[in-house]
Amino acid sequence: MAIKSLDELKSLRDKLKTDINVRSSGEIESNTRVIVGMATCGIAAGARPVFAAMVDEARILEMHNVTFIQSGCMGACHSEPTVEIRFPGKDPILYGNVTAELGREIIRKHVRAGELVQNLIIGRPFETV
Amino acid sequence: MSTYRMHLLVCGGTGCQASESKQLVENLQAQVLMAGMGNEVQVVTTGCFGFCEKGPIVKVLPDNIFYVEVKPDDAEEIVNEHVMKGRPVSRLLFTEPSRNEKISEHKEMPFYKKQVRIALRNCGFIDPENIDEYISVDGYQALGKVLTEMTPEALIVLMKKSGLRGRGGGGFPTGLKWEAASKNQADVKYIVCNADEGDPGAFMDRSILEGDPHTVLEAMAIAGYATGARYGYIYIRAEYPLAVHRLEVAIEQAMEMGLLGENIFGTDFSFDIVIKYGAGAFVCGEETALIHSIEGERGEPTNKPPFPAESGLWGKPTSVNNVETFANVPPIILNGAEWFASIGSEKSKGTKVFALAGKVNNVGLVEVPMGIALREIIFDIGGGIKDGKKYKAVQTGGPSGGCIPEAGLDTPIDYENLTRIGSMMGSGGMIVMDEDDCMVNVAKFYLEFTCDESCGKCTPCRVGNRRLYETLTRITEGKGTMEDLETMKELGPIIKDTALCGLGQTSPNPVLSTMKYFWDEYVAHVVDKKCPAGVCTALLSYYILPDKCIGCTACKRVCPVSCISGEVKKIHEIDQSRCIKCGACHTACKFSAIVKK
Repeated sequence: MAIKSLDELKSLRDKLKTDINVRSSGEIESNTRVIVGMATCGIAAGARPVFAAMVDEARILEMHNVTFIQSGCMGACHSEPTVEIRFPGKDPILYGNVTAELGREIIRKHVRAGELVQNLIIGRPFETV
Repeated sequence: MSTYRMHLLVCGGTGCQASESKQLVENLQAQVLMAGMGNEVQVVTTGCFGFCEKGPIVKVLPDNIFYVEVKPDDAEEIVNEHVMKGRPVSRLLFTEPSRNEKISEHKEMPFYKKQVRIALRNCGFIDPENIDEYISVDGYQALGKVLTEMTPEALIVLMKKSGLRGRGGGGFPTGLKWEAASKNQADVKYIVCNADEGDPGAFMDRSILEGDPHTVLEAMAIAGYATGARYGYIYIRAEYPLAVHRLEVAIEQAMEMGLLGENIFGTDFSFDIVIKYGAGAFVCGEETALIHSIEGERGEPTNKPPFPAESGLWGKPTSVNNVETFANVPPIILNGAEWFASIGSEKSKGTKVFALAGKVNNVGLVEVPMGIALREIIFDIGGGIKDGKKYKAVQTGGPSGGCIPEAGLDTPIDYENLTRIGSMMGSGGMIVMDEDDCMVNVAKFYLEFTCDESCGKCTPCRVGNRRLYETLTRITEGKGTMEDLETMKELGPIIKDTALCGLGQTSPNPVLSTMKYFWDEYVAHVVDKKCPAGVCTALLSYYILPDKCIGCTACKRVCPVSCISGEVKKIHEIDQSRCIKCGACHTACKFSAIVKK
């Protein structure tokens, strides 16, 4: 594939940027953080497909300001898989019993539009000191 | 297409590959596949992270976890614990020696805290063998911008305003060099990339070529546009096989995408790049010698003028620029001259990459703003002197540079200041020495190097350096006189003033600077016939301290010439007339009963 103009290069860059954004996203403080509990309990309850679905949804919607992180056990083993959404400077929200489809909904409604997905909230995570 | 949620970056520089990082990459890939996460986790081979002391390095993103000294066998634990369950493997984290605590993120590490990365911006971040990754971090945008939005004249004005100066050693303003080549009319002109990195211990050019080869290609094309050159040569030593390989891959990819070759970006500008191998002669880093070597002639320098900008390769106007200089060019064009000029000191703008080596805790590659104090590089970034020893001197600028004592540690580093204190920027080698290093011996080491590497064309360099070397050898053997010291003081400046090229004009620097700052040490060798650092074997003797010797016979057993006498549980003694001063007894003694003086 030959590049014939600067505009072509720019659009190729924008397309490729999505792939490499993952690398720098951890450094960007203003990013929204999506944290999926991936301890033994979470994985057993199906956290991995949930994680993959959420990453995929963000890619489809071209959302670049989201950082996906996995965490260990958050203590809510009864409601795994759990997903925590952290907007910078705001209190985190914890969702429980998330499926792949519900994960996509959280991305669309909460992360993108700022509306809480009320019936899935299992509370606020513990305070971190 | 799948989007990877996690990237595992593994250093694929020469240093880390020597510590099996290739095998590590394979193991990580296999483990990721075995865990069924092939479409979730990407394993990337990148260029050098700079922290070579602790290689191989693995960086996990976006978690920002930095693992050091990772072995191929650690792959399983990283994948099963960290990648699968989000639990960082704490035993592989870096331990900060001064506070003895584990640090997981690289930006918390003192080694990285004070660094500003411009030339090395993509090293350790992208896969050097994948042009897509370079494009995704704004690669070739600068070339596109100059070709479609700027005239060559405006480009040269921008480069002059940025204040970028040659990073190969001389520090000549890059904008002026391009301007000179652009003003000389000719049917064909050339750009040459000087990748003949010769200073012992310096490896920044190699790391840039291994970690981010496309940036050099892009900048060469930009230089071609500025000067009106159609062809570019990369002169690289054949002993850098990995850098050569990555350059070849990069050139092929860029040609395929039309970012090199004919009518780039649909304009009438065309540019091709050829790799030319050097045989590793130090003098070929000098631009006129380098040009002769490309032409197939003997690698010998010629008088300047004419400068290569008037009559260079094949007698045509040529601009010769160093690898690191080129690596600075695309960011300057994308971020502006003012941005670049705001970093650094008054006369030296931007950053400089230094190869930190010797008796320092964190050996590696560091990029710092010009004007930073030597003390910050050696003690903050470098983590201080190994084994808690005392700092003695730092040698900068390779064989052409000088040694800087403790008193010079707070000097802000730039081209002018280093020259003022008797050393030079050079290509950025920085060798730290402690109390156990003998300065006379260090000077002798560098002179031996320059004698070997002198091309022999001009007398001052060929004969003068040889005389300096012989005198230094005499001194280290205890046969020196005060007159020898005076002769060297006189001969050094004569060589500097009369030699043909940069090699001879700087080669006496190690002798002159050590004589200036460590005169007492020279006098001790000549008058007292003693080597205070205990290095020059002819001037030291090993003794057994009677009150400490317990008669264990360990020394007697290791002595290769059997010159130690004594019975079990009785005090031993060394026969000085037969001792060859190998030091084996000193190492073998567990009771510190053997001293050298």
